[in-house]
Amino acid sequence: MSTALSTAEEIHAHDHDHDHEHEHHELGFIRKYIFSEDHKTIAKQYLISGILWAFIGGSLSIIFRLQLGFPEMTLEWLKPILGTWIDESGKLDKEFYLALVTMHGTIMVFFVLTAGLSGTFSNFLIPLQIGARDMASGFINMLSYWFFFLSSVIMFSSLFLETGPASGGWVIYPPLSALPQAMPGSGLGMTMWLISMTFFIVSSLMGGINYICTVINLRTRGMTFTRMPLTIWSFFFTAVLGLLSFPVLLSAALLLIFDRSFGTSFYLSEIYIQGQALPNVGGSPILYQHLFWFLGHPEVYIVLLPALGMTSEIIATNSRKPIFGYRAMIGSMMGITVLAFIVWAHHMFVTGMNPFLGSVFMFLTLIIAVPSAVKAFNYITTLWKGNLVFTPAMLFSIGLVSLFISGGVTGIILGNSALDINLHDTYFVVAHFHLVMGAASFFGLMAGVYHWFPKMFGRMMNKTLGYVHFWFTFVGVYMVFFPMHYIGIAGFPRRYYTFTALGNDGMAAFTNMNSFISIAAIITFTAQAFFAFNFFYSIFKGKKAPQNPWNSNTLEWTTPVNPGHGNWEGEIPAVYRWPYDYSKPGSALDFIPQNVPHSATPESNLPEENEEIAKEKEIEGLLGAQNESYNR
Amino acid sequence: MNFLIGLLSIIFFALSIAVISKSMKLNKKLSGEDSDEVALDSANNVNATGMLLFWLFGTIAGVWSFLHSKPDFLPVAASEHGLKTDSMFWTSMAVVTFAFFISNTLLFYFAFRYRHDKNRKATFYPVNHKLELIWTVIPAIVMAILVFTGWRTWRDITSQAPSNAAVIELTGHQFGWYVRYAGVDDSQLGHINYKLIDETNNLGIDFTDKNSFDDFTATELHLPKGQPVLLKIRAQDVLHSVYLPFHRVKMDAVPGMPTKFWFTPNISTDEMRAKLGKPDFNFKLNCTEVCGRGHFGMSITVFVDEPEDYKKWVAEQKPFLATNPSYLDKVPANLKAKASKYIPAEPIATDSTGTEAVSVK
Repeated sequence: MSTALSTAEEIHAHDHDHDHEHEHHELGFIRKYIFSEDHKTIAKQYLISGILWAFIGGSLSIIFRLQLGFPEMTLEWLKPILGTWIDESGKLDKEFYLALVTMHGTIMVFFVLTAGLSGTFSNFLIPLQIGARDMASGFINMLSYWFFFLSSVIMFSSLFLETGPASGGWVIYPPLSALPQAMPGSGLGMTMWLISMTFFIVSSLMGGINYICTVINLRTRGMTFTRMPLTIWSFFFTAVLGLLSFPVLLSAALLLIFDRSFGTSFYLSEIYIQGQALPNVGGSPILYQHLFWFLGHPEVYIVLLPALGMTSEIIATNSRKPIFGYRAMIGSMMGITVLAFIVWAHHMFVTGMNPFLGSVFMFLTLIIAVPSAVKAFNYITTLWKGNLVFTPAMLFSIGLVSLFISGGVTGIILGNSALDINLHDTYFVVAHFHLVMGAASFFGLMAGVYHWFPKMFGRMMNKTLGYVHFWFTFVGVYMVFFPMHYIGIAGFPRRYYTFTALGNDGMAAFTNMNSFISIAAIITFTAQAFFAFNFFYSIFKGKKAPQNPWNSNTLEWTTPVNPGHGNWEGEIPAVYRWPYDYSKPGSALDFIPQNVPHSATPESNLPEENEEIAKEKEIEGLLGAQNESYNR
Repeated sequence: MNFLIGLLSIIFFALSIAVISKSMKLNKKLSGEDSDEVALDSANNVNATGMLLFWLFGTIAGVWSFLHSKPDFLPVAASEHGLKTDSMFWTSMAVVTFAFFISNTLLFYFAFRYRHDKNRKATFYPVNHKLELIWTVIPAIVMAILVFTGWRTWRDITSQAPSNAAVIELTGHQFGWYVRYAGVDDSQLGHINYKLIDETNNLGIDFTDKNSFDDFTATELHLPKGQPVLLKIRAQDVLHSVYLPFHRVKMDAVPGMPTKFWFTPNISTDEMRAKLGKPDFNFKLNCTEVCGRGHFGMSITVFVDEPEDYKKWVAEQKPFLATNPSYLDKVPANLKAKASKYIPAEPIATDSTGTEAVSVK
């Protein structure tokens, strides 16, 4: 804490002597790049970790797609990497297949799309867009990253265990995950999974508390809640979701640890396994499922909301048009946030849960479709009569909207408990959630990287590579997940090593399609090399970025091209207007940044905005108090 | 056949790359130095066209692939509730496909139509409450209708099983299913206790319960056509899930918490074979909750018999006690007489007292 304060003091001192050689309090390499408390550095740490994880998670999926797409293929050539996980006949080990599926899910959901997405952009954008010097607590923010790092190390090492990493599916339902005798992955691999996730939860709680505090307390003068960019709103709601739901996962994990190691029976009852009747009675595996999905469902929105928030910003900027229905967007995100907590049991319609409860959750679930639909319509209307600039970020944002719609509509089917009976745990579900939360959030992540890369690294990414990357990924994602709906309708269950046991030539009918999906997956995955190259090359060799490359309104573009510690060299700018004054009638430029007072733009002010001019003095008067707050 | 989609998409890929790289070269020639305006316009138009092409090829690929896959979807539901959920599925699917198509069309069309033009200015159009109200209310109404019909069907499916339902117990274990029938005499399943499980009595049937005497086990699932069937579902070790794809039945098997699902099969195996023209067709029961190494192979064959064939089959089955007479020892003394009725006739067992006791009961 003291360090955070002293940093703030230094900056404040800065402002007063107008000493712009801001490098004079240069930190050592370790404090600047490794154990940094600067939100921008932490964001980059999250981003690069997230990208590395994405490649690991993606390559795991390619291995099991090889098995699914080409069941006859010998995977002997993978032996140098996978060792004994390839058996004597050159086939993928059946338990390792499940481990791959499990780790792919865990890595993608938590390490890429939670830490890599929300960790990166909440950290990076919250202080920059609300006009703050840094996070409320730089130290806790640093701890948050290093807990995540520790969690990553543990999860990554579990991949190399002889008994394999956790293998019971990313939802790790007990008793399978609780009993080491049920499968080898439930041994040490599961223990490491649980330890890793415990640290992960600690990390995301620290992050979340910081995001919430920062948004509430450190907004610059004039930045009222109704002038906040939708990105900040989405990060705020995401943090609230995480703060309220992750502890529940922690308790689920703790009880599971007790069951595994201390002989309790929270989830275990009347089990006979491997010729032995276990003493546990009275536990309920369903309890675990309730606890897990109480996080698990909000988690979907933890992953998705930041992507939607960033997309709102990017679409508005590149349509040169205000986002349509700003307040409706906030309202629908708020609605989604609240509803996210009361729909979890729609994952459990056929788990033996009381069917009456199923009815209740079906009603609640389909309500959440309404705010989601509103968001989609608002995006489309924002494009209408815009003047669209297709930056790579814009392309990925449009891609996100398309994927969000395509994946979202099947949610209406799955949320219907009567229809879920047949579709539950089939490829229909796999297709649904990969489109709506996996691919859509991934597109949000990519859009964010392309859009804010100039702010992060002071350089531009190559546009053409960005276009190629987008088109490969967009077409590829649809080619992978669209046909999966058909396989699901044909009744193919997920997490199947092969489909021979379906009988009746069921497998043969979709052999070609499965191969097609696998090829598409390989192409899509390989195309990410365009991105990786572009990203790492541009960090060092990209074209120097201008201060405001996209002619955007939000505050981060008022900072220097390479913002130092403290973000703004002089005073933090005040905010006088909402962030979406694009193509305002009467204005010569097609954008008016948030820090431009209405008194400076009489030609474009709407009648009610002229009244705002009177309040500008008031906003400016807050400067002293704002500086005071950093001094405290 | 699928290679056609592949081909189309590869062509599309090639096209887009060609166009992009060409425009790139063009840019370099045209702009030379730093004129971002030109670069923006030509690359922008390519991307805008890409959106339209994506929509076009996507629509073609979507329709074609659907028609191509349709014959391989699950055949007509072989249960009464399955017919209802199937028709609801396709109705809902039509509704959401409509929404999907319209909104994606607008998205890609707008992206193309309103691509950047430096002579034009975007329309400042921040809000329209009426419009927002309309598209909040319409999905809400559509959703309400879908939910309501779904709920009614769900309520019927999950209602109490009719009293004449054939009671069959399915027990999942790593990696297979045990099937137990309530028997011909009392149509009541006897108790089960997991602590009584041994190598022969692998279900842990409790022989202190007289209902268990006539219970018999099977390796296949036989169901009577046109009669309600109540599946009582258990698991011994980890979670499993009963999935009868052709009957649209799914219910998890949970250790320590018996679950149930009732339904009425309405197509016999023979009828289904004739309908599909596949003489070797068989209904299947699969597992849909990941349970370990053998999860994907946890399958048994399901036969739906005409009621009289079913009766005949049931009558032919021998109670567990009959095939394993040594378990008579576990039966308490006061029930021994009733239990011994099921023990096959052996010289010693057929003394007069035994038969007398049975007749008294």
